[in-house]
Amino acid sequence: MPVFTDFFFKLRERGVPVSIHEWLTLQEALGKGLARSNLLSFYYLARAILVKSETYFDRFDLAFREYFQGIETPEEIIDEIIKGLEKVPELVLTEEEKKLLDELDLEQVRRNFEEQWRKGRYHGHVGGNQAIGTGGTSTQGAFGYNPAGVRVGQGYSRHRSAIQIAEKRRFRNYDKNVILDTRQLQVALSKLRTLLPLGEKDEIDVEGSIDATCRNAGELELVYKRGLTNAVKLLLLMDTGGSMEVYTELVNRLFSAASAQFRDLKYFYFHNCIYQDLWKDMERSEVFPTEELLRTFESDYKVIIVGDASMAPSELLEVNGAIDYWYYNDTPGIIWLKRIAEHFPYTIWLNPIRRTGWRFVRSIGLIANIFPMYELSVEGLESGIKYLLTRNSNDFNNLTKNSLSFG
Amino acid sequence: MKRFEGTEDYIVSPELRENVNAAILLGRPLLVKGEPGTGKTLLAHAIAKDLGKRLIVWNIKSTTKAKDGLYVYDAVQRLYDSRFQDKDVSDIKQYIKLGKLGEAFVSEEQVVLLIDEIDKADLEFPNDLLNELEEMSFYIPETGETIVAKHRPIVVITSNNEKELPDAFLRRCIFHYIEFPDEEMMERIVRVHHPDVEERLLREALKKFYWIRSLDGLRKRPSTSELIDWIKVLMVGGISPEMVAKELPFLGILIKQERDYELVQRHANLGGRRIPLRERYASIY
Repeated sequence: MPVFTDFFFKLRERGVPVSIHEWLTLQEALGKGLARSNLLSFYYLARAILVKSETYFDRFDLAFREYFQGIETPEEIIDEIIKGLEKVPELVLTEEEKKLLDELDLEQVRRNFEEQWRKGRYHGHVGGNQAIGTGGTSTQGAFGYNPAGVRVGQGYSRHRSAIQIAEKRRFRNYDKNVILDTRQLQVALSKLRTLLPLGEKDEIDVEGSIDATCRNAGELELVYKRGLTNAVKLLLLMDTGGSMEVYTELVNRLFSAASAQFRDLKYFYFHNCIYQDLWKDMERSEVFPTEELLRTFESDYKVIIVGDASMAPSELLEVNGAIDYWYYNDTPGIIWLKRIAEHFPYTIWLNPIRRTGWRFVRSIGLIANIFPMYELSVEGLESGIKYLLTRNSNDFNNLTKNSLSFG
Repeated sequence: MKRFEGTEDYIVSPELRENVNAAILLGRPLLVKGEPGTGKTLLAHAIAKDLGKRLIVWNIKSTTKAKDGLYVYDAVQRLYDSRFQDKDVSDIKQYIKLGKLGEAFVSEEQVVLLIDEIDKADLEFPNDLLNELEEMSFYIPETGETIVAKHRPIVVITSNNEKELPDAFLRRCIFHYIEFPDEEMMERIVRVHHPDVEERLLREALKKFYWIRSLDGLRKRPSTSELIDWIKVLMVGGISPEMVAKELPFLGILIKQERDYELVQRHANLGGRRIPLRERYASIY
């Protein structure tokens, strides 16, 4: 089997997002002799070209170790291969071909490659190459070698040093097993915009300037106007309840994505369910009455409530049902939620619990009947934003009416 | 061609040196990330110094637009000038001012271009630069001119991770993550700032510092500058090395967030014992 193509697949298997574009860059670099025919240099070179975030370094290390340790041959082989590769003439691809490569289906590449290999098309080439092809055009790509053509020496293993570095796994702590990246959230949130002229007058008003200049008998007079900015007002209400603790990181990401995006962002906290008070801080030391929220915040605020909506039905339905024993509420939580829904027509509920688990919790069903509920994930946020802009969403209705019906 | 080797006052790790040279040879931008205070910005200065090239710095702010780096067309000045006859306003060229990227392109010899803190700008900023960085040319519609780089500049881009960068942009870069200095390196750094620090105090402080940094679930790990401040306070306060070893005096200098503070305290109180799994991973989804 060829050495390096498998390494590529190993990286993909490990969840390192390597593209063929980058794979070709690595090939170009090897062609220019940048690996200096030794595995340690190869390790750093490959990492710099293929991996673009330190959070994936650990997975790279794992794949590297797994791959290069698995080869039970002396280091000369690997060095030979790299040396051989450097002799391969540089690959020149047109833009079109590059695009084709980007669009290639990996499985197809692999199948195609294996087929070519079985046909023995490349036997007898030291450090020869193999085909990454799209059927007929068969674009020459990546790496390969023929064990028969390489001298198998006995020496000690110089390539161990690179594997030892991989084995240390120094970047383990950087791997957060990224579930939801902030950028995707930001991109999703950026769709929530209504452009209005706001802020400083810093754009030239061409029409106005012409008009003013004419009135001024040709004496130049410039008129400035306000540029268009996102005028969306966003209100975030976040659950800090004990059961939400596990989702802190997720909620933080949403929060940081939102605060980078909106000029007018207000946020409050609640505990499990909303009653007559909201809090201005996570520690719940400063109170902000819900009634005041309804009175002072205009109805055009878009509201995103973040919570797991998981509570005892009594917390939602009963007077004095609040989970905190010291807290008395003379109005059941569900009434407060309905008041919020009435005052803010553009409100969604984001739930960090996976959608598949919703039907097991009764309070989720009850709340999803009041607010359109979406999963706190990139897809969920996207459909939620769509609802906030248009107030219509078919999947919301389907979800609450069908899959979440409680007798 | 001369290879980058590092300079007297900027010591590079072998892998960083290799990556810089790879980026130069491949003609790709080098994207540098790392915790604050690890010398990301200084790297570009060192490359310019070592290779004897001019450095052009483009500092990115939240309001920076990709176009600012190419050129600015001063239409207002031209309008004003049109009222008097002293200048030939039909010559638009004089109202076109090249930005930093444009400057790097027209330079008579190869320069080092530092795009500093690219993550400060708008979400789409890096994507807007993709084409210019790849083709090394751009078009000015006002004059009908195409600016083509005479020599491909060596591009160094730094990021503080405030925003995630788009994939298409990342694919075209060579990436280097400057690691946090290890104990040995840190010792040298501290000695530069506090030459008369007592040996044992430094040892204990470093031990504690790296212990805190190794804790799981910290929101913000203390950085070099905080360590330097901390050691200064320990020195001024006459704290003995034994005390540093036993407890954590002036922890507030290292840890700024309340939650982190509690976490460190809890770990310290537990001594060697482990914090229950559920608690430790409370902050991770």
